[in-house]
Amino acid sequence: MSERKVDEETGVETTGHSWDGIEELNNPLPRWWLWTLYACIVWAIAYTIAYPAWPMISGATQGMLGFSTRGQVAADIVEHEAKNEALVAELVAADLTTLPPSSDLHRYAVARGGSVFRAQCSQCHGSGAAGAVGYPNLLDNDWLWGGDIESISATITHGVRNETDLDARYSEMPAYGDLFEEEEIGAVVEYVASLSSSDFDADLAQAGSELFLDNCAACHGDEGLGDKFLGAPNLVDAIWLYGGDRDTLTETVTNARFGVMPAWGQRLSDVDVRAVSVYVHALGGGE
Amino acid sequence: MSDRPLYAPQEPIFPRRVSGKFRNLKWVIMVVTLGVYYLTPWIRWDRGPNLPDQAVLVDMASRRFYFLWIEIWPHEFYFVAGLLIMAGLGLFLFTSALGRVWCGYTCPQTVWTDLFILVERWIEGDRNARLRLYRGKWDIRKWRLRLTKWFTWLLIAIGTGGAWVFYFTDAPTLLHDLVTLTAHPVAYMTIAALTATTFVFGGFMREQVCIYMCPWPRIQAAMMDPDTITVAYREWRGEERGKKHENKSGDCIDCMACVNVCPMGIDIRDGQQMECITCALCIDACDDVMDKIGKPRGLIDYIALSDEPAERAGQPAAPILKKILRPRTILYTTIWATIGVALLYALFVRSDIELTVSPVRNPTYVLQSDGAVRNIYDVRLRNKAGEDRVFHISLTSDDILRIELEGRDGQHNLVVPADTTILQRVYVTARPQDPAASSDTTALRLWVEDVDADIRASQATTFNGKDE
Repeated sequence: MSERKVDEETGVETTGHSWDGIEELNNPLPRWWLWTLYACIVWAIAYTIAYPAWPMISGATQGMLGFSTRGQVAADIVEHEAKNEALVAELVAADLTTLPPSSDLHRYAVARGGSVFRAQCSQCHGSGAAGAVGYPNLLDNDWLWGGDIESISATITHGVRNETDLDARYSEMPAYGDLFEEEEIGAVVEYVASLSSSDFDADLAQAGSELFLDNCAACHGDEGLGDKFLGAPNLVDAIWLYGGDRDTLTETVTNARFGVMPAWGQRLSDVDVRAVSVYVHALGGGE
Repeated sequence: MSDRPLYAPQEPIFPRRVSGKFRNLKWVIMVVTLGVYYLTPWIRWDRGPNLPDQAVLVDMASRRFYFLWIEIWPHEFYFVAGLLIMAGLGLFLFTSALGRVWCGYTCPQTVWTDLFILVERWIEGDRNARLRLYRGKWDIRKWRLRLTKWFTWLLIAIGTGGAWVFYFTDAPTLLHDLVTLTAHPVAYMTIAALTATTFVFGGFMREQVCIYMCPWPRIQAAMMDPDTITVAYREWRGEERGKKHENKSGDCIDCMACVNVCPMGIDIRDGQQMECITCALCIDACDDVMDKIGKPRGLIDYIALSDEPAERAGQPAAPILKKILRPRTILYTTIWATIGVALLYALFVRSDIELTVSPVRNPTYVLQSDGAVRNIYDVRLRNKAGEDRVFHISLTSDDILRIELEGRDGQHNLVVPADTTILQRVYVTARPQDPAASSDTTALRLWVEDVDADIRASQATTFNGKDE
């Protein structure tokens, strides 16, 4: 150790460190500061005993109070559910067709349905419900199975084309590749294209119209307006689930399309099915 | 190794009673600041049936801040930010002009310490009596005086912690709940914490808070310059100091009055020092002594360092105004006033009807079955008035666009409850033949207006067509 240095001006001992001739005075800290430090040390030790703290080979020490963030989340969920119990009971009992959109219950259903949608439905329909090729856009006013609240609720509950639910929506379009010649398919495609466009071959479409009336009109209707009871799409409007160009239409007519959706009634609680129905209905296309 | 202790016990300080103009000023400031603090929550202000009637209320639960006729919503928090910036600049301004006047007169630590010392003096007597008591044995009298003092301090501390919580909820209701032990635990915990800090900081830590805990003494060095007017000792007049019979050349008779009254326990004659909060009590004490010995006042005085050469040469000091009006203080004042005027302007032009438009961009547009193009907007409507109002939603645009509200059956009017924000989904549609349907983007403005009063608000946004 070097010998002690004392600052002449103040008479206080210095630390001996010098920067450009400026030395640091070694003034003692106040005693309460020391006691505060000791208190913090005691607190820290007590804390690591009471709460999960020390990392071990697998996991960490659990702490004497049995606290865990997971347990806290579980408790939060229980508390949250208890808070919403009344609204949940009300929603399960409510007649959704007459639920006023400005009511608290409607707001709750939309909020709850929105989170169910983002967790369960967004994988296919998109987080904004805009759908994708083969997955219907839920924001527009075109519905395969109906856009009123009861139809939406039924579709969600039973799903589309699945065998686990006898009430599932089930539409069956034949693969016309097995039934039609290639030219016949071309003619039908031209006719279907003519329904929503002014750019078509009139002779070919005329030929296709007869084939359409004999084979397709049973489901899609004589005028191609579709049938929501059968899940047959409207072929006259501007919206195409798989695409309205001739190549895509040819593919659709040749091999048919079979979209599927799970029966959410088997997977979700009654209140969640109702909430997500209200949510989808309020996205913009609800009838 | 050093044989000195690493940690030093607190040196007890026993400030002597003093009277004079600065002491009187401090009494007035103490009464005003404490009065404002304790009484403000009890002032009532009628805002109608749906809103609280407390003049100053920070309503955390409803996320509102009420100040007399002004109501601040969370999205208007820039008012509070602006006030904080003004407070900071004000501190800079006052420090560069007048030194640590904040510390010496209005800082809560100073005000409550002053109050606690007042109680201490009232119960235990003045400096000498307190010194004797401190050194004396712990007999019955000492216990009685100490317990009385601590108990009185504790009452003040509880009152202080108690007053704080009244700013955050309706004061009369909370007082009733507190007394009947039905208030929220957070209220009791807050009172307990603030009682503890008031009791400990005001009663025992005192100057330690200023010296060791507060950052301001270290920042102030950058705020002060030679023209700053601050409490100082006219060393050129006072030295050589000495007792009267010693017949020294200076005016200072080394009576220690300035040291004995100092709440920080320092000697101002050592010059400017970090511990000095410029409470000016040493000026009062010294002036008193100068009067008694027939010397002019002002041996310790509010002076600027830049005055020293002139005063040493026997010339008068520069006028105070010249020292206060400097580029630095003028700059601080200008910025301070600019922010203040901007805040006032913002306060007076703001409306009690508002809308915020967030265009839904997932997806950017929705194609309808007839070929029309629809955009969706999440519109937040705020009714800041104390009663329910009917709002009308409309749009203006150079192109043809139609507006529709979700769930309103074709209506464009809706009721927004008092003091509430509601979220309304709004659809704007361009028919297939309209130019907006096939163009890239179209400018539009969404409007909300109170159907019963001539007030409206709007926000510009865009409409996305198919051509993107």
